[in-house]
Amino acid sequence: MSKPATPKPATSKPDRTKLARQFIEALPHSRALAMHLESLGDGEASISMPYDPRMIGDPETGVIHGGAVSALMDTCGGAAVMSHPDALGTATIDLRIDYMRAATPGQTIRAKATCYHVTREVAFVRAEAVDDDGENPVACATGAFTFQRAKKTEGAT
Amino acid sequence: MKRPEPVQVIKSRRDAALTQLVTSVPYIQFLGITFDRRGDELTAVLPFRDDLIGNPILPALHGGAIAAFLEVTAVIGLSWAAQWNDLEDGTLDTDAARPKLPKTIDFTVDYLRSGLPRDAYARARVNRSGRRYASVHVEAWQDNRARLFAQATGHFLMPPAVQVSDGKG
Repeated sequence: MSKPATPKPATSKPDRTKLARQFIEALPHSRALAMHLESLGDGEASISMPYDPRMIGDPETGVIHGGAVSALMDTCGGAAVMSHPDALGTATIDLRIDYMRAATPGQTIRAKATCYHVTREVAFVRAEAVDDDGENPVACATGAFTFQRAKKTEGAT
Repeated sequence: MKRPEPVQVIKSRRDAALTQLVTSVPYIQFLGITFDRRGDELTAVLPFRDDLIGNPILPALHGGAIAAFLEVTAVIGLSWAAQWNDLEDGTLDTDAARPKLPKTIDFTVDYLRSGLPRDAYARARVNRSGRRYASVHVEAWQDNRARLFAQATGHFLMPPAVQVSDGKG
């Protein structure tokens, strides 16, 4: 994995992005799974998780447990919400994961989440996870997250 | 009428089958999940550990750790229920290197309240189990059984029937 360059976001809120990055990389469970934030900004997040034999769910094949993929999707979804310019805090309300195929043992899994809509109090997220075969996703997720706004917005619907 | 088996024989057979099922999955060991058994009823236990935390400020359990805990509970609960009859009538192949596990098709978690930094418990209920597909519901709680902090529903693809039971017709 290449070392990520120091983020120089083009957005007007570099401090918030930096804060979100620090927050996400400090989550103890995400650290335990060796998750790495690849990119973050404007409601989109990308996180990678290297293969680890301790995360095997099917000993016959060496395939990663669905629960580890869930953890990656949940973290990535939360990160996408946190990267929204107005976000202050978030928590998962619900998360649905479709497991389309087994991840290839030995390969890093990469998740990309998009916070595609926010209301005053709810954020809606879609996410996709791939291994080295980027064409065929391993899993897809949709979720709803709580959305705490940084400040009161005038004229919110 | 067959004489009932001695209680210790029954217990050790069931416990051995459960241990074999649970210890075969590295990720269950990684999370530190254990299973309490009363007859055929299983309660999954997730002992609290600092590295299960997702929000250090509250602090609260990581949503991903909760999802994983519920999915483990569902998969083990489903496998356990599926093999129960074979285990009891002695047709379960306990020498098979590893038990075949169901594959998750989809899994939906409802986060009802934040997970507190303490032990969590979960039970799975198999609502439908056919030859190919199964639907499982899981409830998880911490201090009070009636106050769920998360619940989940998942659909699973059952492993192909084992050779042993095929031979019996």
